[in-house]
This record gives sequence, structure tokens and C-alpha cells, in this order.
Amino acid sequence: MNPNTIKGTLLVSVVLCVVCSLLVSSAAVLLRPLQEANKKLDLQRNVLLAAGVDVDSMSSEEIVEMFNDETKVKRVLIDLSTGEAIDSEAKAEAAGIDLASYDSKKAAKNPKLSQRVHAKGGPTFGISRREKYAYVYQILKGNKIEQFVLPIYGKGLWSTLYGFLALQGDVRTVGGITFYEHKETPGLGGEVDNPRWKAKWAEKQVFDDQGKVDFRVVKGTVDPNSAQAAHQVDGLSGATITSRGVSNMVQYWVGPDGFGKFLEKQRAQQ
Amino acid sequence: MADTKQKEALLNPLFNNNPIALQVLGICSALAVTTKLETSVIMAISVIVVLGFSSAAVSAIRHYIPSSIRIIVQMTIISSLVIVVDQFLQAFAPTASKTMSVFVGLIITNCIVMGRAEAFAMKNPPLISAIDGVGTALGYSLILIIVGFFRELLGSGKLFGFSILPLLNEGGWYVPNGLMLLPPSAFFLIGLIIWALRTWKPEQVEANG
Repeated sequence: MNPNTIKGTLLVSVVLCVVCSLLVSSAAVLLRPLQEANKKLDLQRNVLLAAGVDVDSMSSEEIVEMFNDETKVKRVLIDLSTGEAIDSEAKAEAAGIDLASYDSKKAAKNPKLSQRVHAKGGPTFGISRREKYAYVYQILKGNKIEQFVLPIYGKGLWSTLYGFLALQGDVRTVGGITFYEHKETPGLGGEVDNPRWKAKWAEKQVFDDQGKVDFRVVKGTVDPNSAQAAHQVDGLSGATITSRGVSNMVQYWVGPDGFGKFLEKQRAQQ
Repeated sequence: MADTKQKEALLNPLFNNNPIALQVLGICSALAVTTKLETSVIMAISVIVVLGFSSAAVSAIRHYIPSSIRIIVQMTIISSLVIVVDQFLQAFAPTASKTMSVFVGLIITNCIVMGRAEAFAMKNPPLISAIDGVGTALGYSLILIIVGFFRELLGSGKLFGFSILPLLNEGGWYVPNGLMLLPPSAFFLIGLIIWALRTWKPEQVEANG
């Protein structure tokens, strides 16, 4: 057969396409379980990272083990509108979700499991719909909750940043922050990954004395003598919009429209 | 006789006909991935795999490739292989793949891969083409690893993430050279390598027209 005819050309290209697509799709399908396991591990690593656990010295098995041990890390699904935990099958059924497979990222796109973010005067985070139920990770030591790790997300400059914010046991003081997925400019907005910047978050206060959200990522550096210094974090230079996005998303997620009701309940219990 | 030819195909690209230093191809990825030695090594391995297999595949079907669509056929083979490599990285080296995924994708447009397919694999049998591909990729890897070595050592005082030169702000004595972390530093390093190589092998100097 002469490949340099129209028929030959078509035949070669069809065969080539079929062979190549088989190769690509079989690689994708066969490797998917491993990739998903990696993604889950990455998420868990970031939960611990936000909580200030020294994950670099931990092996993957140790991290997985920690998450399987309910006395160390406990994952609770929270109804954001009431702040109540959805901890039984009956409650889950009433909410119309399946506890085993609930995925808050998918839920945010499902009209039944999400709601509009109302922007009236309140803080917004660049997202128009958010899920109704979200997971909170509790890092426990003994019987005491040491840290609450809240999933947060919101728009930066180019992309939605996904991360975790940890609050300490007093439900006021920041334990740490980390982002595990974003597409901000490397070196500018991408500096949200910089450990030195993240270290500035520890021990900051997100609420004022009345329990209202009082927190901001400021432009430039925080004046250490200001009375507000404990409620502010340095902005990233050259990344005004990313900094503002981080500021907004933190305000939103710890606020009354986010995890506020849940956090208030936790504080009342103390 | 055949052995010397194979040896030549494998080793010539290292110094005599280096794809980066002599042909000055594939510079873009050399700038992007060499801030750390680890990413350089992973990129090098990926390119070796892709180039070896793509050259062999193109050469194996070279008599069936219609000349009118030969570039598209080569691209299809190369890009399929790159996606497979990317999938493997995501499965087995997740942290590295998170920082490198974009650049691994860019192997598709790496001129070295296309160049070898078009210039060598289209005219030669599969085995020697595969060897030529691996050899060319080794030449590319050599430069990548040298550049990655110096950029990580001078830019962050580390090698493979382990501290070699203790940094000043961590209580050591070394003030890191921030320029080494930025892409232009790879230009300087590659320039120096080309200079060194052409001093050693003056026949590589282009005639001054």
C-alpha cells in the first residue's frame, strides 16, 4: 500500500489515532487509583501542615495512620447554616447526602447541595456559589481539641486558591494557614506558599472581643505598635489582588456565612 | 562496525554534538526546570524516556508515514508519550509532578524531540534511532543537571533539598545568590558551559561570517 495517496493517508492517521488514544487512556485509567491516593495524601498532609504538625519528618504511612485514628484526627461534616455536625446516617439522609462519598468541591457545583453566596454588605470571596456542608478537621491530643482545621477557598488573581486555615483550641487564635492548590504568579502571588510568610499567621487573632470577625491582610507590613497588629498580616509585595483575595476568603470562612456558627458553638462549649 | 556506529549515536551528543550547547535547542525548558537539582533530574529522565520511545516509534513506522502529514504523525506520537509520562509522574512522584506538570507537558514542543524524529528517525532503523534518541536526551540531561546543580547550590545552598552551604538567615554563613533562582541565571550558566566546551573543542566554533 502506498501511504502517499489520500486513502493511505487517511488510513495511517486513523490507525495512529486509535493506537495513541488507547495508549493514553489506558495509562490514565490504570494509574488513576494511585493518583487519587496521592491527591488524598496531599490533602491530608496540608491539613497537618496548617495545624503546625511537622509533616516533613513524617512518612506517608504515618500520615494515613494519623487520619485513620479518631483520637488524633477527626473529620466532621458541618452544616454551615446551623453549625451542627452531621454525624449520623439519619441526619445525612435528611440533608440528602451520602456520608461516605460526600465531596465538598463537587457539592459546590451541585445546585441541590450548594447555595448562593449573598454579597449584601458582607464579605465575599469571589465565588458565587458555595457548598452547604463542609468538612472540618479536628486535631486532638488526649481528649482535648488542639486545632480546628477549616477548608477555605476563594479567588486570587488568576485562580481559585484552595487551602486550610487552622484555629487553635480557643477558637480565636490562628494556628497556621496553607494552600494546596492555586495558579497564582510564581514569585508574586505564588508566594502564598512561602513558609516565611505563612509563619507570620501563627498566633494572630481573627475575632475581636465581641466575637466579630476582625482580620485583614494589609498592604505592606503590619505596624507592630498598632493596637490592630494582632489582627493583621503583612500583604505580599507585588501581589495586591492575591493578598486581598486571601484576606476576603479568611474573613468569609470564619465569618457568620462560613464556619462562624460552628465556631461560635465550639467557643460556647468552653 | 555497527557497534561503533551505535556507540557514536549514544555518546556523540554528550560533548561533540550537544543539543543545548551546539545545536542550541530546548533552551526554554532548560531555563524553567533547573532551579532545583531534583526537578532537573526528573525532567532529564522524562526526556530520555520520551525521546527514546518516540524515535523508535517514528522510525518503526517510517515507511508508512505519508510525507504530507509526517510532522503531525510525529507530534501525535510524541504528545501521547508525554501524556503517559506525565500520568506516571502524577502517580509515582506527586510532589515533583505538582511543580513540574506544566513543563513536562512542554516536552511536546521541545524542539529536540521533534528534531531527532525528523532528522534521524525518519531515515534510520528503529534500534539505532532509539539509541540516537537516548543519546541526544543524555546530552540534554547532562547540561540540565550541571545547570541545576549550580543553581540549587548557589541559589539556595542545597542539593536535592539537603543543606550543603548553611544559609545566613538560618544561622550559617552563606548569603544565597537570588539571581540563581531566576530564569536568566540559566542563560549565564549555559553561556559559560558553551564557552568552556568550545575552548576545549575549538572545531565547534562557528565560522565568523
